[in-house]
Amino acid sequence: MTIIVKKVTQIMCGIIFLYGIYIVVHGHLTPGGGFAGGTIIAGAFILLIIAFGSGFLSLKKEETGSSILESSAILVFLLIASAGLLVAGMGIFFVNYLPKGTIGHLISAGFIPLFNIAVGIEVAAALLTIFLALLIYKDEVIK
Amino acid sequence: MDWFVPLFVIVPLGGAFLIAIIGSFARPFGRFFTSLVLASLIGLTLYVIFSVTIPIVYMVGGHGPIEKVPIGITMILDGLSVYLLLIINLIGFFSAFYSISYMKKFTSENYYYTLFCLMVAGMNGVVLSGDVFNLYVFLEMAAISSYALVAFGIEKEELEASFKYQVLGGASSLFILLGIAFLYWNTSTLNIADISRVIGTTANSATANSATANSEFVKFVGVILLAGFGLKAAMIPFHAWLPDAHSSAPSPISSMLSGVLIKAIGVYVIFRLFFNMFTISYDTALVITTIGTLSMVIGVLLAIGQWDIKRLLAYHSISQMGYVVIGVGIGMLVIAHNGPRSVAALSIAGGLYHLFNHAVFKGLLFLNAGAVEYETGIRDMKKLGGLSSLMPVTTSTSLGASMSISGIPPFNGFFSKLIIIIAAIQAGYYVLSILAVFVSIITLASFLKVQRFTFFNKPNEKWNRGDFNVREVPFAMCFSMVFLAVLCLGLSLFIVPAVRDIFITPAVNVLLNSAVYSTGVLGY
Amino acid sequence: MTVYLLCILLFLIGLYGVVAKRNLIKIVIGLAIMEYSVNLFLILVGYVKGGTAPILSRNLANKVFVDPLPQAMVLTAIVIGLATTSLLLAIAIRLYRKYKTFDIREIKNLKG
Repeated sequence: MTIIVKKVTQIMCGIIFLYGIYIVVHGHLTPGGGFAGGTIIAGAFILLIIAFGSGFLSLKKEETGSSILESSAILVFLLIASAGLLVAGMGIFFVNYLPKGTIGHLISAGFIPLFNIAVGIEVAAALLTIFLALLIYKDEVIK
Repeated sequence: MDWFVPLFVIVPLGGAFLIAIIGSFARPFGRFFTSLVLASLIGLTLYVIFSVTIPIVYMVGGHGPIEKVPIGITMILDGLSVYLLLIINLIGFFSAFYSISYMKKFTSENYYYTLFCLMVAGMNGVVLSGDVFNLYVFLEMAAISSYALVAFGIEKEELEASFKYQVLGGASSLFILLGIAFLYWNTSTLNIADISRVIGTTANSATANSATANSEFVKFVGVILLAGFGLKAAMIPFHAWLPDAHSSAPSPISSMLSGVLIKAIGVYVIFRLFFNMFTISYDTALVITTIGTLSMVIGVLLAIGQWDIKRLLAYHSISQMGYVVIGVGIGMLVIAHNGPRSVAALSIAGGLYHLFNHAVFKGLLFLNAGAVEYETGIRDMKKLGGLSSLMPVTTSTSLGASMSISGIPPFNGFFSKLIIIIAAIQAGYYVLSILAVFVSIITLASFLKVQRFTFFNKPNEKWNRGDFNVREVPFAMCFSMVFLAVLCLGLSLFIVPAVRDIFITPAVNVLLNSAVYSTGVLGY
Repeated sequence: MTVYLLCILLFLIGLYGVVAKRNLIKIVIGLAIMEYSVNLFLILVGYVKGGTAPILSRNLANKVFVDPLPQAMVLTAIVIGLATTSLLLAIAIRLYRKYKTFDIREIKNLKG
């Protein structure tokens, strides 16, 4: 890619990443939430790979890392949801057992922000894995 | 008290992603962990059958109804759900155990076990959900895992079969979502019991105008949903994906697809929606029974001419699922006519009993075909022959399964087909009973052909030289096949009234007393 | 009422793409158009005349909200559509490597 694309990507990808995190964390106050924010975070990484290119071996290492990150994010999600089964007083799956604060504050609404963060990491890792898998397949065949 | 209901979904889901993480470091972890997960699910199902009073209504997240309107997601565990859960987890366990040896030849085994556990989690979720959109989400989870599993060994035919399956399955899922959107537009609720309450009351409302408009709308939605779920259940106008997908998949996945998937996300949902959600009407019952009859007859006529073992078995799946739909469809017709309830109960019991029997013997037949393919690498019956002395376990279990599917006593297929035929005669549908007997005879002919050409022909010396070295299959595969064959004989015990009342009668009662479902869930 | 009819028209256009086109990628695009039309239909079902976005904020002065339940359903349906489309495209790429063509008239190994 040309030098203009590389320079602009170097400046912008950090801002895109930060914007994605903002949408994920404020999911219980503004529209967005886990899935939309996760897509934007994945977009930041994919922009970097497209603009700068990458060798085959470093892409393979990246793919293993993002695959493991995706599975662990889902396991964390299941763990937080099942922890409601053990909390005394309410033995129900998926119940909101953390204290809910006042409407409109950042730290409120029980465990919904935690779920948004888990889903955001999971969606970003999943989209990155899909992109890397298709890219690695093309490189494998050409080799 | 009823904390175990979401475990049916959480345990396979957590297990799937645990296998994905740990399996990339330690390769043999996935094989044994999957069998462990499914064995624990069987244990949980048996615990529910023998020690818990059903039905259980479980509100996820603790969101109870507000002013009698159910706003949360509910999971309903009643007689029909427990019956299907037993089938899913049992066949799942034997397929997972079989694939310990079968999948050693494939690379990236861990993704196979992850997708397998995800498919089981999706099917368990479909069977347990009390909410029409939750059912759609779990159905998509199971269906997308099965698309990936069909394409697992990446050869030319498997990729083509998977693409065809995906396009047709995706279109049918969109029809289902469109039907759900129409239902929500009409009733403003997603809970199955609540929808049945709203449809029922507006059909009996005072003004004639709104009653007729509503019933035509309900018929329209019924047709859209029947088209969508009919494709998942491989009924006859929508069967075109089944022979390719089921014959190209790896064999344990073929047995799961044919033995469980077309039941849990196809036939079960049709029964649940058309008995418990829509009120039983004569027209719907007629359409469902006609589709069942067409599937039964056309499936077996298409099956006789096949020379590929797995394609023949796949076409027979269509025919046997036609038996199940006829059995329950005759019950629906009798209820719509206000006929004698004992005939309806007998017919529905026959259909549901045939559901379990078909899962067991069709699973066993696909595992046998997989064993033959594992040893010889050939699926064309014209090139096989004389394997009976070299593979005794496979031959004897295949003989047992073939006698089951053809309806020879004392195997289980005989009893369920007999009950369906007797119920058809008692209800007055003599043409259906004659067709059922005729199809059974053609099935017998077809399986005599399979047995002769595959196992009992002149023994071929080529099996012991060259690059063939045909011996018996490894222990894990033998264990699954022998146990399923013993189950083929053991399931004949379901006609004993004591055993029948534990397993089948609760399932039959859910469909027979269809209006009790909404009262039991909503509480009023 | 016309809005709903236009959504069904879009669904039928997508169905035409799946049924009548010969290129694999065009079939995938037809399926995607069908999925977008069903999502659009679902959101339009939840419209209330004069309603605003269903977000709970501190100054709640007699507002009419549109129905939030179809919006949650559509979020889930979009994610499911993502999974379906990505799996279809991955298999289409592998099919191209094996058969050297995207034309479905050439990809006919399974018959009968």
